[in-house]
Amino acid sequence: MTSPRPIYLDYSATTPVDPRVAEKMIPYLTNAFGNPASRSHAFGWEAEAAVEAARAEVAALVGADAKEIIWTSGATESDNLAIKGAAHFYGQEKGRHLITVKTEHKAVLDVMREMERQGFSVTYLDVRENGLMDLEAFAAALRPDTSLVSVMLVNNEIGVIQPIEAIGALCREKGVLFHVDAAQATGKIAIDLSALPVDLMSFSAHKTYGPKGIGALYVRRRPRVRLEAQMHGGGHERGFRSGTLATHQIVGMGEAFRLAREEMAAETARVRKLRDRLLAGISGMEAVYVNGDMEARIAHNLNVSFAYVEGESLMMALKELAVSSGSACTSASLEPSYVLRALGREDELAHSSIRFTLGRFTTEAEIDTAAALLRRHVGRLREMSPLWEMAKAGIDLKAVQWSAR
Amino acid sequence: MTYSARVIDHYENPRNVGSFAQDEDGVGTGMVGAPACGDVMKLQIKVGQDGVIEDARFKTYGCGSAIASSSLVTEWVKGKTVGEALEIKNSQIAEELALPPVKIHCSVLAEDAIRAAVADYRKKHPNR
Repeated sequence: MTSPRPIYLDYSATTPVDPRVAEKMIPYLTNAFGNPASRSHAFGWEAEAAVEAARAEVAALVGADAKEIIWTSGATESDNLAIKGAAHFYGQEKGRHLITVKTEHKAVLDVMREMERQGFSVTYLDVRENGLMDLEAFAAALRPDTSLVSVMLVNNEIGVIQPIEAIGALCREKGVLFHVDAAQATGKIAIDLSALPVDLMSFSAHKTYGPKGIGALYVRRRPRVRLEAQMHGGGHERGFRSGTLATHQIVGMGEAFRLAREEMAAETARVRKLRDRLLAGISGMEAVYVNGDMEARIAHNLNVSFAYVEGESLMMALKELAVSSGSACTSASLEPSYVLRALGREDELAHSSIRFTLGRFTTEAEIDTAAALLRRHVGRLREMSPLWEMAKAGIDLKAVQWSAR
Repeated sequence: MTYSARVIDHYENPRNVGSFAQDEDGVGTGMVGAPACGDVMKLQIKVGQDGVIEDARFKTYGCGSAIASSSLVTEWVKGKTVGEALEIKNSQIAEELALPPVKIHCSVLAEDAIRAAVADYRKKHPNR
């Protein structure tokens, strides 16, 4: 028996390629296959024109100049190029101190660890209970030898929007470079780099209905930001990133970002209604907590903790839903989500969190099914939970001496 | 993570979910694990005058494998004397449920739960 595919509510993990995007990509695999770097014939010119048109579309979505967009393989590579490239270039002259936040994506945190290994010192800032940065703590962390700050625009787990305008303003004041990972933001909130005090910004195509394997890095030209290349070769992308350009992927990213620009307003309004419907559908339940600020948050994300229920068993119950759990119990480490821990969530709440991320193809019927499944299975698992039984009996779980192994 | 058919069966149709009153005659209660680790198991045994476990109940906060391990244990201890119940080994539980290496701790916890329940029973019934 083949069971029907689950309802997809994991758009922050990845999105399907929009059929309109796929259609635009295909000719560049077969017919218009030229190397954009081939200057001597029409095949190359045709591919180059497509690449530049796509570059203009990516730039247009974020209020940048096309010359400020560098193609990469994705946001992880963009983060690596931005942080390593800037730290290596400016580290000697400005200083070897970097600042980031504990709730960043691993693509930033692990790069920071590598910079520490290379002799840089890194400050990992805490966030407030709502997941947002504390600007005073940030201002206090800036040092004369700080050369780069990296903060994500939208958090991948809890969807909160960091105050990058204020952070960037502080960076400008101190002459510190500012990198922003915007992988989860494009097509969800407006970004205007012509006004934002941001020097470097990472983008991904596959979070915004484009193909996997392609991304971009915005590198500001005024004032000019310099980077030390991390990938050497033919000197593509003005030497910032060598390697033959993947024309079809680039065309896909361009079309995906063009659609995002045109449809963002209507889509966000529709998704917000669905997200709020999901929240309303489960809000009658006891001991349900939303993780992360509800105001400074994208419309597409709902991260909820169901107290006294363990996340992995809830995921198992919700097999008709493709969602992601804050709990990393499938690894041997049994560690709850580091993002939720940074919010100061108690362990049993961090263990039971589910991330729902909605998107372009989510329907009202899917949301209603999801809410009904949650009500049913959370109830069932609580009937099975000794913690629920104790909480109902008025026992303070924090006062219990647990026999931790 | 893929689960074995036996884990899924116990998870979807858990046996003997529930609680006995802790002060009920013949009842021993074991609670092991910690919320911080993602697993808490409560196992209760009800022992007859003849020293044989007549009935058992469990409640578990934990992953599917933890729920399945405790559900399985309630079935296994029934009809055994408390001494025989103590002979149940985590390796037997892991084998029966085909637990993968990262889930072995669930079977260890279930074995601990038996020990804790028996210890509590013996403490409350020193003359049996």
